[in-house]
Amino acid sequence: MPKNPNVKRVMVIGSGPIVIGQAAEFDYAGTQACRSLKEEGVEVILVNSNPATIMTDRDIADKVYIEPLTVKVLEQIIEKEKPDSILPTLGGQAGLNLGMELEESGFLTKHNVTLLGTTAATIRNAEGRQEFKDLMERIGEPCAASKVVETVEDGVAFTETIGYPVVLRPAYTLGGSGGGIAHNQTELEEILENGLRLSRVGQVLVERCIAGWKEIEYEVMRDSAGNCITVCNMENIDPVGVHTGDSIVVAPSQTLSDKEYQMLRTSALKIISELKITGGCNVQFALHPTSFEYCVIEVNPRVSRSSALASKATGYPIAKVAAKIALGYHLDEIKNAITKKTYASFEPALDYCVVKIPRLPFDKFITAKRTLTTQMKATGEVMSICDNFEGALMKAIRSLEQHVDCLRSYDFSHLTAEELRERLAVVDDQRIWVIAEALRKGLSQEEIHEITKIDLWFIDKLAILTEMEHALETQELTAELLKEAKRMEFPDNVIARLSGRKEKEIQELRYANGIRAVYKMVDTCAAEFAAATPYYYSVYGGECEAERTSGRKKVLVLGSGPIRIGQGIEFDYCSVHATWAFAKAGYETIIINNNPETVSTDFDIADKLYFEPLTVEDVRSIVDIEKPDGAVVQFGGQTAIKLAQGLMEMGVPILGTQAKDVDAAEDRELFDEILEQTHIPRAAGGTVYTAEEAKAVANRLGYPVLVRPSYVLGGQGMQIAISDSEIEEFMAVINRIAQDHPILVDKYLMGKEIEVDAVCDGTDILIPGIMEHIERTGVHSGDSISVYPAHTIGKLVKDKITDYTEKLAKALHVKGLINIQFIAIGEDVYVIEVNPRSSRTVPYISKVTGIPIVDLATEVIIGKTIRELGYEPGLQPEAKYYAIKMPVFSFEKIRGAEISLGPEMKSTGECLGIARTFNEALYKAFLGSGVNLPKYRNMIMTVKDADKGEAIEIGRRFEKLGYTIYATRSTAAALNEAGVKARKVNKISQESPTVMDLILGHKIDVVIDTPTQGRDKHRDGFLIRRTAIETGVNVITAMDTARALVSSLENKAQSEELELVDIAKL
Amino acid sequence: MKAFLILEDGTVFEGTHIGADKEIISEIVFNTSMAGYLEVLTDPSYAGQAVTMTYPLIGNYGICREDMESTKPWLDGFIVRELSRKPSNFRCDISIQDFLFEHDIPGIAGIDTRALTKLLREKGTMNGMITTREYSDLQEVLPRLKAYTTGKVVEKVTCREKYVVEEVTDLSENRPLAGAARFDKEKWLAGKREQRPSLVRELNGKGLHVALMDFGAKANIAKSLAARGCRVTVYPALTSAEEILKDAPDGIMLSNGPGDPKECVSIIQEIKKLYRTDIPIFAICLGHQLMALATGADTYKLKYGHRGGNHPVKDLATGRVYISSQNHGYVVDTEKLDPRVAVPSFCNVNDGTNEGLAYSGKNVFTVQFHPEACPGPQDSGYLFDRFIDMMRRAKAGDQVDAAAVYGARNERMSQTKPSPVTQPATGAGAAQITEGEVR
Repeated sequence: MPKNPNVKRVMVIGSGPIVIGQAAEFDYAGTQACRSLKEEGVEVILVNSNPATIMTDRDIADKVYIEPLTVKVLEQIIEKEKPDSILPTLGGQAGLNLGMELEESGFLTKHNVTLLGTTAATIRNAEGRQEFKDLMERIGEPCAASKVVETVEDGVAFTETIGYPVVLRPAYTLGGSGGGIAHNQTELEEILENGLRLSRVGQVLVERCIAGWKEIEYEVMRDSAGNCITVCNMENIDPVGVHTGDSIVVAPSQTLSDKEYQMLRTSALKIISELKITGGCNVQFALHPTSFEYCVIEVNPRVSRSSALASKATGYPIAKVAAKIALGYHLDEIKNAITKKTYASFEPALDYCVVKIPRLPFDKFITAKRTLTTQMKATGEVMSICDNFEGALMKAIRSLEQHVDCLRSYDFSHLTAEELRERLAVVDDQRIWVIAEALRKGLSQEEIHEITKIDLWFIDKLAILTEMEHALETQELTAELLKEAKRMEFPDNVIARLSGRKEKEIQELRYANGIRAVYKMVDTCAAEFAAATPYYYSVYGGECEAERTSGRKKVLVLGSGPIRIGQGIEFDYCSVHATWAFAKAGYETIIINNNPETVSTDFDIADKLYFEPLTVEDVRSIVDIEKPDGAVVQFGGQTAIKLAQGLMEMGVPILGTQAKDVDAAEDRELFDEILEQTHIPRAAGGTVYTAEEAKAVANRLGYPVLVRPSYVLGGQGMQIAISDSEIEEFMAVINRIAQDHPILVDKYLMGKEIEVDAVCDGTDILIPGIMEHIERTGVHSGDSISVYPAHTIGKLVKDKITDYTEKLAKALHVKGLINIQFIAIGEDVYVIEVNPRSSRTVPYISKVTGIPIVDLATEVIIGKTIRELGYEPGLQPEAKYYAIKMPVFSFEKIRGAEISLGPEMKSTGECLGIARTFNEALYKAFLGSGVNLPKYRNMIMTVKDADKGEAIEIGRRFEKLGYTIYATRSTAAALNEAGVKARKVNKISQESPTVMDLILGHKIDVVIDTPTQGRDKHRDGFLIRRTAIETGVNVITAMDTARALVSSLENKAQSEELELVDIAKL
Repeated sequence: MKAFLILEDGTVFEGTHIGADKEIISEIVFNTSMAGYLEVLTDPSYAGQAVTMTYPLIGNYGICREDMESTKPWLDGFIVRELSRKPSNFRCDISIQDFLFEHDIPGIAGIDTRALTKLLREKGTMNGMITTREYSDLQEVLPRLKAYTTGKVVEKVTCREKYVVEEVTDLSENRPLAGAARFDKEKWLAGKREQRPSLVRELNGKGLHVALMDFGAKANIAKSLAARGCRVTVYPALTSAEEILKDAPDGIMLSNGPGDPKECVSIIQEIKKLYRTDIPIFAICLGHQLMALATGADTYKLKYGHRGGNHPVKDLATGRVYISSQNHGYVVDTEKLDPRVAVPSFCNVNDGTNEGLAYSGKNVFTVQFHPEACPGPQDSGYLFDRFIDMMRRAKAGDQVDAAAVYGARNERMSQTKPSPVTQPATGAGAAQITEGEVR
């Protein structure tokens, strides 16, 4: 069937701020889908509260609303824009839920809006726990059997019918306490009795235990005619029990015979057909490792993280095809954009192996538990492609950028065989390294399999890698051995380390023996048809399919690798825009990146895509073939910046700001020199390597001081220290990883934090706008609420900032982007940090000012001047709107993580509030981040002594809004004394009811808890904050944030209606 | 040990020797299935050919003998990127290395199979040699390679005597063994027997009687019929029509098989006789081509064939697309099809070539792809149900006009792959592929 002619205006719902479990993959899917819809002449109205996305660009959609994703806001937009349809299956679970709410309330019917793609009934069947179970039962597809029981006898009887072991989950206990796995009747009776007692409602869910089974996923597509295909299947190396987002995943499945493969494939098709899904769908199975028994774990009736991975792993554009299906096309009518010969109804055939490894945030949350469970914790992921599993795994490991490059990177050699046995039972992100050590210590593969349940095939592959390590250590490094090591993708530096040689020697030995990486194409069809899209991965040995193209000038754009806290989707936004700008200027563009969730790794963004690790060696292999005319590193975050030196050594010119100038901004002494020349003040400080040196500097400056490593992003490892003992603690943490660069110790200045992004062409600068942070210095800029335009600083300060920005940009010879953070104290302005590269705020400021600064920076890099581009240099006039960027956190996902804000960044994403008044913008920003108050009008305050004065003012304002304030002893005393009514609550250690009971009572809107200095995990404050977060209560840890919240609520009290802003019209 | 793959165009790939130590000359083809190497190895249709697997990691789950599609591997040689050191699967009997050795199949590993596939794609299927000998002068070898033809392979792979298949276990019976921590094969088999579909239990081989002509039949054809309650008598390829008709079957099934269909001259003669009866006939792959030849149509050789588990075929009567398992080098030429005899019923979505025919005024339908799967998707298994239905109705005196019911619905749909000399067709269902077939 051709396109449905009734679809002319489609509203696409995005997924909102990036949080753990819902990340960049939806920008990728949404962007692809919007482009696909526009290609068909459909007008696209886009709604997403996340400004860091490409999908919210004015060239991706016709109307762009960066507004809070709530039903009310969507209703308002529908009334205003009158779309004929909405597409809710591209915005993750958030988008899907909103679409469902609009449908269920009858709003869509009333306004004649059609739900495109999958219907509401289908979504209910797939998402509703009972509906889904019933449906599966009806079509004979097994789910893990389960039953809610209220007596031990019932539990035992039910278990008899389904078999041991079973998982027991008591209803309504915090953090699943009282649950467990029972392997026999004795255990069952014991756990069940306890669980029933602990459960508030006296119920326990008894479920067939499928932990340890193989976890297999299928990505399925279906059109409205009922045609369906599987795009690919994937096998989790970590068996059932670890969320697939936290598992190491391989595609296609490796250990399934055709019988198992087809059994599950047929089941997946049966399910998608029965659910009548039109579009993409993900089906997860648990497969018993020693029988044909399987059960359906979950079905996602929408594009998902897994579908983004499957798209990149196969070259099959799932989101694009899903959008076309939504418009009415059938699979056999949609051309395969990679081969341009086959159709979307062709199942991709892979002739390579894909490995995905999650990027976990334990380097940011050092107090958090590393254990992996069914709750996803990863912030991002890396993917690699190779013609053998060992190679794909090795490439993925070094793509992580977590100081790991082989199976020895985490050292467990100090553990005995017995200790290793115990350690193997721990399921965490270091498990493959533990297995490798266990193999080295002589544990048998079977024993390791017994403990971990990881399939023997994968364990043997790890063994092959450890055997190669051993060979490199003990044998003579012949050309043959080197060739084999390279086939498994051992990087030169690891080979050098193991064989006791220099990296350079290894490289020379390789080149002398003709051992070089060659590139193969991802073509969806295992070479059966000629492909037209150059999407490459490296292997060692064989024919090279990548050809050096010439004619046009060629630029290498380095991507930013996996999404992590501190280096998020913003840098992908910058890389993609830079690529497009270079293409527009007539350049041939090449992207290197390894992140499957992003737009930059879509096969039609650059002229060529190399899906490779971002290390000097991997980049060199590509440079050897492509010989680019230049490379840009300023858009790919710290990942790309780190490669600048290497690129120069390869003879690749860095386009734009030079590596030495980037160094000058990071190198304390060089930078001090520049500041001296330009007469720009900064906080006093010094560089140190050891704790002793650090203490000396700190005492010279006087506490508090800021301690941080240089060359890091997102303030990793940055802390405010108030005493010698804290210095010792922080230095120990920083020095856990060997530092290549010195550590900085600065006097901590308290003031207003100001941030600018600017473009410099060598002569002139362009500042699209000045941003101001709500939180005082001390909170990382990425975690602060950022306001544009800066409304509390005067002209003098703005002039100073403009002047300093210009001076610094020139002194650092910036060509392209520069980001500077200042502190304003009264009329004095100090510089905190200069980054001669793109920053987190670039997409945000571009969107709200309408100045496309990445495009301008790219043009400047190519050689244009700001004046030639039609802009008057200097600070640009302020926009008529207030735009507020609000950080969004994922604390509830990471057990044991400290949530109080500080100099180290902790937020995973952001959202935008844009309005004519400051307060409305603030309200929208809070709303977009999920703070939808008031609900119960109860709050808890517990603040440190220094904050009591402000607490009184803030408390009074909350009181006026009708809030009942509960406070701990001293806070309550201070409030009551000042005439703000506060009820005293007991501390946790005191008798009930305590502050904890209040929080658990689920009747609290917000907790304002400012932590005292020092980082003691066991203090009351930590427990209060964690409990609040885990029970879904809003927690605020800075007085400035609290003040902003109360302002926004006051605004809401005044007017309920929000004014919507179409960004595309700004 | 070093091994070499020498192609007739003079290309030499150097790799590692696997399997039996012997030198072979064969036709080199590639298969794009990502799983199911054992089914490929034991598919008799590969007789006279050496198969390259495009998926690089082969042998991961070893050999599960019960998955064999015939009693032994029939191909001449096996070409892979990498053979797994550790086979891992609960049903694994032996490793693929041992299996190749056991059945005297030589092979080569460690070569760039993607480069080889591209070569075959660009130049068409070629003959080649797998050897461990280092030939200093290729001229010694190349004329021998060029001279090689697969020849009459059907006679080689067909069964020697007729036999009956009644009882069968199939995948759908691999039902849960609740709670078992370790795999207990005995218990599993017992469970399988108990939980067999009711149809099979009731009929227990007493259902419809199907005569299966074995031209190199994959085991799952008979199993698919038996799983639907049929009693299947399997006949050697050279059995006369009279002998088959004497057993009074309710339906006749023509199997898949190897080689050029036009080599099967005498078989075609017998099929003509079967066609003239009113007995329902369902044919797969080679059987489909032979039926076309027997009724006056023509076949030609594809440039590099279709071999894999991901080929979309379109049911021209309904417009539905199914993913199919395929293994064929020859195809029926629809240009020369007489619509009074047969009309296309399926076409390949990728290249528009014919994938099935429905015969006019006859209860005869045939497909080029493999509804019996193994390896590959099971999406088109419903065709066996169609055949059962046809036999039941025939038994009740109700003849189905296959062309009217299952044939292409309109002119546009029937316009599939044109003959090689004309322009490629455009429009839905026909790809813009310039494959340039070799006759």
